[in-house]
Parts: sequence; C-alpha cells; structure tokens
Amino acid sequence: MSDTTKREALFQAKVDSEQKIEPKDWMPEKYRKNLIRQISQHAHSEVVGMLPEGNWISRAPSLKRKAILLAKVQDEAGHGLYLYSAAETLGTSREQTIDDLLSGKAKYSSIFNYPTLTWADIGAVGWLVDGAAIMNQVMLCRTSYGPYARAMVRICKEESFHQRQGYEIMAVLAKGSPEQKEMAQDALNRWWWPSLMMFGPTDANSPHSAESMKWKIKRQSNDELRQTFIDRTVQQAEVIGLTIPDPDLKWNEATQHYDWGAIDWAEFNSVVAGNGPCNKERLAARNKAHNDGAWVREAAMAYAAKKAERKAA
Amino acid sequence: MSNEALFTYTLRLADDLLILSHRLGEWCGHGPVLEEDIALTNRALDHIGEARNLLTYAGEVEGKGRTEDDLAFLRNERQFLNTKLVEQPNGDYAHTIVRSFLFDAYHLPLAEALLKSSDAQLAAIAGKAVKEAQYHLRHSNDWLIRFGDGTEESHQRAQIALDNLWTFTGDLFTQDEVHQAMVKAGVAPDLTKIKATFDATVDKVLSEATLKRPVDGFMASGGRQGKHGEQLGFILAEMQYLQRAYPGATW
Repeated sequence: MSDTTKREALFQAKVDSEQKIEPKDWMPEKYRKNLIRQISQHAHSEVVGMLPEGNWISRAPSLKRKAILLAKVQDEAGHGLYLYSAAETLGTSREQTIDDLLSGKAKYSSIFNYPTLTWADIGAVGWLVDGAAIMNQVMLCRTSYGPYARAMVRICKEESFHQRQGYEIMAVLAKGSPEQKEMAQDALNRWWWPSLMMFGPTDANSPHSAESMKWKIKRQSNDELRQTFIDRTVQQAEVIGLTIPDPDLKWNEATQHYDWGAIDWAEFNSVVAGNGPCNKERLAARNKAHNDGAWVREAAMAYAAKKAERKAA
Repeated sequence: MSNEALFTYTLRLADDLLILSHRLGEWCGHGPVLEEDIALTNRALDHIGEARNLLTYAGEVEGKGRTEDDLAFLRNERQFLNTKLVEQPNGDYAHTIVRSFLFDAYHLPLAEALLKSSDAQLAAIAGKAVKEAQYHLRHSNDWLIRFGDGTEESHQRAQIALDNLWTFTGDLFTQDEVHQAMVKAGVAPDLTKIKATFDATVDKVLSEATLKRPVDGFMASGGRQGKHGEQLGFILAEMQYLQRAYPGATW
C-alpha cells in the first residue's frame, strides 16, 4: 500500500467508527474541498438569506413582530459568522470565501432568489424555508467534521425557534380576516415548491451525494429528507386550515408516507443558473454592502495598526 | 402635575428610541462587516425594547386603553415627539455612527438621571436602559475614534457627518413648559445638567478622534412639538403600512 492509500484507509476507518475529524487531522484533499464548498455555501446562504427577511423589518405589523424579526435576522448573521469560521479551519480565509460569493463563483441556497412579497411571506419563510433547512441541519449536527458539527448544534436550536415563529405568524393569519387568510394561502402557494427544491436534486441526479455519504458529511439522502419534510409539513398545514398547492398529494397507506406531485426541475435549474426573480438583486445588494463598507474596514485596520505601533513605541 | 404632561413626556422618551430603532433596522443585511450587522441589530433591539416599555406605560398614563401598537402605528406625523436627530437618514456609516454617538452621549446621562425620577415606572425602565446605554456609547465612541484617527478618508467622512448632524443636537436639549413641569415634579432631570455631561463626553471623544467640534450655529428645534423634517412622514408611511391597510386586524 502507498502512503496515501494507507492514510485514506485510516481516515475512512475513523469516519466509519464515528470519530470526528478535526482541523489538524490528515484528510483527503477531496474531503477538504467538498467541505469547504458545502460550509461556505451554507454560510453564504445565511448571509444572503438576511435580505428577503430584512426586507420586512421596516414594515413589520406590530412592535412585537418587529423585535422578533430583528432578532431572527440577527441570528442568521451569527450563523454566517460561525460557518465562515468553520470554513477557515479548513485553510480558507473569510475574505477569499466572501470574494467568491461576490464574484458569483460560489453558490448559495437558491430559495433566497425568490422575493418576499407580503407579510405572510415572512411566516412562510420561517415555517417552510427554515423548516426545510432544519431537516438538513439536524443531520449535520452529526456530520464527520468536528467544527462543522459543533457549529450546527447551536444553529439548530435557533433555527427551530425560527421555524416555530414562522408557523405562528401563519397560524395567526389563517385565523384572521378573510384577507389575511388569503395572504397566508398565497404565500404557501408560492413558497411550497421552491422549499421542496431546497433539498437539492433527486438522489439519482445529485453529483456530490455518494462521496458525502461515504465520508458521513451527509447521512441521509436528498429524497429521504424531502419526504420527511413533506410528511411533517402537510399535517402542520392541516392544523391551521391551509391547503398544500399540490393536487397529487395524498396519503399512501402502504408506504406510510405522502405521495406527491412532480417538482419543476427546469425552474430549479434556471434559478440555480442565475435566472431567478431576485438573483441579480441579491448579489448586487451584497456587493454594494461590501463596497460601501470598504472604507470602514480600512479605517478599522489602519487604526488598529496605529494603536499597535504606539504601544510598541 | 397633570397626566397629560407625563403622557407627553413619556412619548418623547419613547419616540426617540422607536424611530432610532427603525433607522438602525434599515441596516440589517447591509452592514459594512458581519460583526457590525450584528451590533447594529443589537442596538435596534435594545432601543425597540425600551420604546415598547415606554409606550405601554404612556398608554397607561393616558388611561384611554391605547396599547404600544396603537401608539406606534396609529399616530400621525404631527403626533410623533422624537427629536429630529434620530429621524435623519442613515447616510454612510459615518453618519450612522455619529447620529448614534450624539444620541448615546445624551441618552446615557439621561437614563442615569431618570433612575432617580419621582415616577417609579420611568425609574424602573431607566434601570434596564442604563446598562444598555453604556454599551451603546462604548460602541459608537470606539467607532468614531477609529474613523477620526483611522484613514484620511474615514477622518473626512466622520468630520462631514459631525458637521451635518450637529445642528440636530439643539433639539435634544430644548426645555419647554411640559419639560419644566416634569422637572418641577421631580420626574425629569434639568437638561442643562445632561448637556454638561454630553459636552464633556463629546469633547473627550472628539479630541481622541482628532475631530473638530462644530461651532453652534443655527440649532434645530421643533421635534418635541411634532414639527419634524420631511423624512419622518416616509418612516411612518413604511412603518405603519399594514396597520393602516388592514384596520383592526390582529398580527
């Protein structure tokens, strides 16, 4: 056996016996690259995800809702920070990672390329988008890479609060005036299918899945997670009297799961390729914040350098 | 002391925080660095928290059954009593930091003085606010020093922001009949004392920041009487939209 093969065998044995891989441990280059890609995409999604939700902070309908939404969007910024730090443990810099987002090279979750048109969208995003994200994230609390797994534990706690507050917004609207109920149903209609797309391509068409499963970066397939999400969410919709916009949806006694209709993968691919309703706006907003903030970051660095110099003198 | 004066005074305190919180919330997702996004949102949350306590109390003082939301979402432009400083647009980050710094340098000694207010509820609300206000002032004064003593560009931007916003500090310290009645009743502090602390803070920080204190020229006033700039109407149009569009709905 060559040295590399031996190391790979040891690495795989460690993963198989459920030991965490830590930053200083040897790891296959492809494992490192795969993780950097996944963690930075995840970080970017948190940060870009602040935009559609931040969109309603100034218009939140009560002071309580406004305070909750501020706290929620702030949590997302915090998640972005932990995840950029987790990516740094793999040898990338935060600067490089962010540059890749700003240049359009790195991806983020396509769901954030959809607009939040009404207040009910804030409910739908919490309920469905955070709800779908949690499915992935609960699994990631046990991912093989230690720093990522530990970041996810805290993130999951906060996301589960986000999901509940989103559902509660929807429940209040669904119980409200006919106009409010219509607003809630309309938001569900628009966000349902994009939320299902969040789990990624079907297992047959998922390019990174096999390796991720072998290395225990992922532990459940896209299709399994999607099905669990559907089973759970259909019941939640029933409780508050909203209808899932899928005429093919029905309970299957034999499988003990819901059967459901076909996802429009052409739409998914088109949004991923950059043609969603808000792709350009989202990247433009991130670039503007970055460029407008350049002088602020420079000032902070210059001042820190001066201070260090004075201390040394 | 009339309830009406206490109601007006409490609204003045509340509206400063509500409107400043709204402005800071506009930064959410657009900050110059992720850490500042988090810090500004924290401040927005502290301010809205204090505003909610004060608005709820104002509703009780008034005694007509108005809630915090009634007072925030169903008053019009002329009924808002915030100082003109806090309604100023965010501008660049220097304007945002200077606006907060000037407000914090006033808010901290005010909150400290209100700890001794004869009004137990205002004193209790100030008790929580003091700790937050200390942190706010530290945050804004640290950034102002970084800007002033950072790069040539940041120095220039900070000086411009200071020159632009200075006039609005006039509105912070005006003492009309309502305020004088509150001072007499031991509810509110004499603002000349708050101004002395404000001046000392400003001078100390500006000197460390190598920035020039603007000369008092024409000083703005009128905010406490509901005479605002044109910006406030747009803030309210946005903030109050859902409550106005769906009267009586529960959210």
